[in-house]
Amino acid sequence: MDTTNIIEYSLEEIKSGSRAEFAKLIDAHSHQIYRLALKMLNNPQDAEDVLQNTFLKAFQNINRFEGRSKISTWLYRIATNEALMIIRKQRPEVNISEETEEDNNDINSPRQFIDWCCLPESEMVSSESKIELDNAIQRLSDALRIVFILRDIEGLSIQETSKVLNLTETAVKTRLLRARLNLREQLSAYYSDRLMAGEMNNDRT
Amino acid sequence: MTEHDNCQNMLTYLSDFVDGELNQELCLQLETHLSDCPDCSIVVDTLKKTIYLYQNNSKSLEQVPDDVRERLFRCLNLAEYIKPN
Repeated sequence: MDTTNIIEYSLEEIKSGSRAEFAKLIDAHSHQIYRLALKMLNNPQDAEDVLQNTFLKAFQNINRFEGRSKISTWLYRIATNEALMIIRKQRPEVNISEETEEDNNDINSPRQFIDWCCLPESEMVSSESKIELDNAIQRLSDALRIVFILRDIEGLSIQETSKVLNLTETAVKTRLLRARLNLREQLSAYYSDRLMAGEMNNDRT
Repeated sequence: MTEHDNCQNMLTYLSDFVDGELNQELCLQLETHLSDCPDCSIVVDTLKKTIYLYQNNSKSLEQVPDDVRERLFRCLNLAEYIKPN
């Protein structure tokens, strides 16, 4: 899912110091960076700090960007590092770039086997459900959450995600599967309850 | 191979399968297992739905709020480019 706003800008002109072109680059990519930071940190003030620091560093270092990756991948990398710095200030033990034993362990088998796909769309995207979606993603570990955000919300490829996080593609795939299965378990528990509540209401009428 | 082994095996390829990136042979093996295993079928369907719901939910954040954008431009000394985007 590439959600880049269709705003054209010239990298050449930005590198030559054009502030007008840099302003266009901001409007093309700022929503991606803000969204990543909000989902990662769950705090609008911290997300705004990440947004500002990311574009400040991008502006200062644009001449070091060699164009071997997409510029969005480069911006995501800066933003991820900024977000992790904020997390480490709160919890110094966090290190998502280190491959841990957890990456090699077996994947937990699914436990929830209720099919809630038949719930009406309105039920699945209600404001209460959206809060549950946000809560569920916040319950993931930082290492799993960032992989899910980059791959499934921002739509980066496995290869791009591994470049942003400085991880092997195998580690990204393992963490992605863990994150997806964990969220599925959490949403299954939540939507199964909604399903049963709906059935009980139908029985009464 | 027991049925449990097949279910565990399915987990290994689950992400590639839902992303449509599994090779034809493994895809066929997995689809054959799914046709015999209602539990794994539910796991695949609800996993796809889980990813869809997150992607759908993120569409509400396609733009930075105006006040956040304005502060960003000011902090970068780009105030003259704050015009309606």
